[in-house]
Amino acid sequence: MTEIIAYTLMGIGILFDFIGCLGLIRLPDLYNRLHASIKCVTFGTCGIMLGVFVKHGFSDIGIKALVCALFLLLTAPVSAHAISRAAHLAGVKPWEKTVCDHYEKDK
Amino acid sequence: MTSNILSFLLAFFWWIALSWTFNWQFLLVGLLVSLFIAWAVGELFTRNPHKFKQPSRYLWALYYLVVFLKENIKGNIDGAYRILHPGLPIRPGIVKVKTKLKSDAGLTYLANTITLTPGTFTMDVDQENGYLYVHWMNVVTEDTDKATEIIVAKYENILAKIFE
Repeated sequence: MTEIIAYTLMGIGILFDFIGCLGLIRLPDLYNRLHASIKCVTFGTCGIMLGVFVKHGFSDIGIKALVCALFLLLTAPVSAHAISRAAHLAGVKPWEKTVCDHYEKDK
Repeated sequence: MTSNILSFLLAFFWWIALSWTFNWQFLLVGLLVSLFIAWAVGELFTRNPHKFKQPSRYLWALYYLVVFLKENIKGNIDGAYRILHPGLPIRPGIVKVKTKLKSDAGLTYLANTITLTPGTFTMDVDQENGYLYVHWMNVVTEDTDKATEIIVAKYENILAKIFE
């Protein structure tokens, strides 16, 4: 039973990682691509880590996987924030169909 | 001083969690490293150590975790749908939202939560005036007040109870 839950979690994680990579290719500009790479890949990798934790339980491997997921959740948003802000300040233009850009207006 | 003790406990806890070997040699090395860390960064860890003694903050943090997990799963399914849809149904834009939070920790967690939930990520924070600049994958409204209602309101009240 634990095995089934663990492999299901890992499968979901790999699926979301794949969708994130697909979004990285399909979406039109840097900011939209960041959405795919930050959210889907964080969720997918956390799913894989959770699967490893369920499979191994409270052993050294399981705890390390859990800590990995936690660090990923804490650091991924910071990198998204840093990349997007730096790109905007460096003058990377959003996609032409972008509805509004209040950040540009307030600068 | 309380800040030093708290950072020592946190560092020692992480050491035990990461090594997961209850051998006296490991524990001794962990103790020494944690003491060094507490001495080096202790004063920077928190400015209001009395907040750690209030139990209601921990309960709100647990509730926040549940809300965050639910929104995270919802947001990922929504994002996956938008990426896989052949027509690419996105309306991206950068909107400005208001926040009542003032503390560093509260703003950090609010910005991180917005980044990890449905189709939004924080680009910049204006701490003095209480504004966040958010890139939104599917802009429903450009108005600051309405966007605040949709993006920030659900998390803000809980975070205010935890960190403020």
